[in-house]
Amino acid sequence: MSREDVLVTTQWAEENLDTPGVVFAEVDEDTTAYDGGHIRGAVKLDWKTDLQDPVRRDFVDRAGFDALLSEKGIGNDDLVVLYGGNNNWFAAYAYWYFKLYGHDKVKLLDGGRKKWELDGRELSGDEVKREATTYSAKEPDTSIRAFRDEVVDAIGTKNLVDVRSPDEFSGKLLAPAHLPQESAQRAGHIPTALNVPWAKTANEDGTFKTAEELTELYNEAGLDTGKSTIAYCRIGERSSHTWFALHELIGLSDVKNYDGSWTEYGSLVGVPIETGAAK
Amino acid sequence: MSADGCGAPVQTATAADIDTQGQVVLAGTVNGTAGPLGGAYVRLLNGDGDFAGEVQASPQGDFRFYAAPGAWIVRALHRSGNGEASVTAEGPGLHQVAISVA
Repeated sequence: MSREDVLVTTQWAEENLDTPGVVFAEVDEDTTAYDGGHIRGAVKLDWKTDLQDPVRRDFVDRAGFDALLSEKGIGNDDLVVLYGGNNNWFAAYAYWYFKLYGHDKVKLLDGGRKKWELDGRELSGDEVKREATTYSAKEPDTSIRAFRDEVVDAIGTKNLVDVRSPDEFSGKLLAPAHLPQESAQRAGHIPTALNVPWAKTANEDGTFKTAEELTELYNEAGLDTGKSTIAYCRIGERSSHTWFALHELIGLSDVKNYDGSWTEYGSLVGVPIETGAAK
Repeated sequence: MSADGCGAPVQTATAADIDTQGQVVLAGTVNGTAGPLGGAYVRLLNGDGDFAGEVQASPQGDFRFYAAPGAWIVRALHRSGNGEASVTAEGPGLHQVAISVA
């Protein structure tokens, strides 16, 4: 798989805004930015209200995904180009989620909204309404999703990659540094996890590093490519970004995203936790 | 911003007399050649240059981070240019920092 199979550049995006069969979608947790201006023609996906179940802690089921994409005017044969703020964290989560429901024609806009803005490219405030479709998702592919029991069993046997910042990994902080630190769960990390912060996989402008640079990064961190890998963060979006780097750019075959991540693991009773900096 | 999310919240100005409730708060403004500059991407880097967080400055150039004590670099990226400033936080409280972008 090449970089062009999974990423598009901002230049390509600008040249393909009106290409039939290409749908742009902005994904974020806080959609204020979309409402203020978005890539022309892009539909909005709200990470919280569109992609998460409103009652259970889980994402929407297959029927819910069908209804969402149908309502957004996305067809099974469309190429969906996802982008967003926060260095594409939530767009990467949506990418993983589209793959999980069997939508293979999906790519990320490399660098996301940040790169688009830093390039000085145009944003539109126009309301976007696409004609509804009849979307049909496949059964969820859980070969790319890890659940808590598998994560506990992976201690000392599989690669666990904690992609949070060093201060979150060591237990000094409970959340990224742009958030108040009010969370209640225990701090620290899963024993035997490597700490490879997601930010090391991206350039300053939000674009992904090359596959060669990423391979070197994980080799230096001690990732055993002969083993299965599970990535986690705090709620599963930063680790989707790393899942993309490991599975889609480097091309490792057995990589799962643990979307329960630290907010689940750090609240489990009786599981082992380590604190302190990476060894 | 709810505690269950991870995305950067919309940025607002930080009052000089803010009650930081025991947290280390690094806050300030991004300035361009004509005054406060909105919309810059502001990155918090630790003393080794490693990334710790990023927010998009408000239309008035405001940004705010919640960090651990230590030496930090705050770096702003904007289509008109980049800039950075250093700040050392010995402990809890508000630590103000201004960044000029050119």
